[in-house]
Amino acid sequence: MSISRRNFIKGSSSALIAGMLPVSMVKLAFAKPEHNFTFAYISDSHIQHIKNNQFVRNWDQGLKRAVAEANLLDPKPDFAVFGGDLAQLGTKAELDHGAEILSGLRYKNYMVMGEHDYYLDYGEYWSELYGKQYYSFDHKGVHFVVLNSILTYDEWNNRWDTAEQRMGEMAGLDNPNGSPFMVGKKQLKWLKKDLAKYDKDTPVVVFSHSPLQKIYKGWNFWTEEAEQIQKLLNRFEQANVIYGHVHQIQYNQIGNIAFSSVMSTAWPWPYPSTYAQAESHLPILTVPMNRADPFDERDATGWQFMNMHSGRTDLSFNLYSNDNRILKWNAKRNHLEDDKYQYQNNPTAPQKHY
Amino acid sequence: MKWLTLILLIFLVPGQRIVADEFSEKDVERWLAQFEIVAKEGRQLWVSPKLGTNGVACAQCHPNGANTHPETYPKFQKQLGKVTHIWEMINWCIKNPLEGKSLAADDPKMIALQAYIYKERKGVALSPGKH
Repeated sequence: MSISRRNFIKGSSSALIAGMLPVSMVKLAFAKPEHNFTFAYISDSHIQHIKNNQFVRNWDQGLKRAVAEANLLDPKPDFAVFGGDLAQLGTKAELDHGAEILSGLRYKNYMVMGEHDYYLDYGEYWSELYGKQYYSFDHKGVHFVVLNSILTYDEWNNRWDTAEQRMGEMAGLDNPNGSPFMVGKKQLKWLKKDLAKYDKDTPVVVFSHSPLQKIYKGWNFWTEEAEQIQKLLNRFEQANVIYGHVHQIQYNQIGNIAFSSVMSTAWPWPYPSTYAQAESHLPILTVPMNRADPFDERDATGWQFMNMHSGRTDLSFNLYSNDNRILKWNAKRNHLEDDKYQYQNNPTAPQKHY
Repeated sequence: MKWLTLILLIFLVPGQRIVADEFSEKDVERWLAQFEIVAKEGRQLWVSPKLGTNGVACAQCHPNGANTHPETYPKFQKQLGKVTHIWEMINWCIKNPLEGKSLAADDPKMIALQAYIYKERKGVALSPGKH
């Protein structure tokens, strides 16, 4: 009778949650085993302030759940990354509230800037909390670069009467008054210099908020200098870009660069191809998700953990209320591939419960 | 004989012909403009943080009205257990993610929201009942 009821409940619920996690990691032997490690990735929580001490419950729940589940990973990941858009309108209240939930993570956490964190005060308060807006670091032989890819033209920044108006205009994904994302000349110069220090056989992983490829400009699934950045990355034999912003599964291969998106913990977005009035360029490799069940507020949201091996990143999408999906690096075909669903032999959409 | 004269008079006397209402290009322009005004109001509501009570707007999950599938209604909505029209789903969203109060089916705001959604979906074939 040494197990108290309280501890038993705590233990059993942890086991239940752990059972839902994709904790069985594939161990493979590689030439450079020091390149093998895992990390957790949470993104796009959009913590939204209502008034006083009230925040939108739905978005809070998504982030809380991701943090709680990521803490249960076993073996423990080497670190965690938050992929941007912690806040909805970049206020101190939202950033503080989000930072507090995120501080529950038991791992070293690297932060990426999103447009919703930035456009109220050009990321000033975010920087007070998290430091530099773009930076790089090395981990077990892999070079990691974190970009602030949501900058835009000065002319657009100066167009608005108030900071709130500027933030509001950029916060609307489909707002025709918005402006394309970019890294800007200064950061591009920094990136060039940063990457020049590394040999072409160093695995490189870039974390950005916007896709460093051009998918659909209307919703800013886009980065202005995509081609220039790709040119810099393509020199490396193993380059990887992981981006947030899109709230859906996307993956692509351009030259040596493997691109993959991450999920939002807040809400899913439709694929641009579902917008009847516009054309999009969804990467051909992507097996899309089915549309979400609106009656389940967590469906088609989630977080992911990454298995880094031999310079490439496998992604496990931990999808709440839905079948998890795994993207694995296919060394023969040289691109990421869903471990179950490929266009060639199994075009069925992976989630069919709705 | 009297009746026959009367009938002949109706059909043959010029200026006494009965015609249906006609409309001109100008009328069509005016009516389309009326639609555009309402669709624009719908777009304003779509992005408004004030449609509900918690600041969440329709456009946060449905940019350009995407993933609303207006062409598939009326259809059996599994989660509501009956055949519904899209206005009932709009109300579901207002009540749940937006934490607001539902609108009457003929509320001008509800008409405007639908005008906007349908405008963004223009050109897609009707497919009532589809899932």
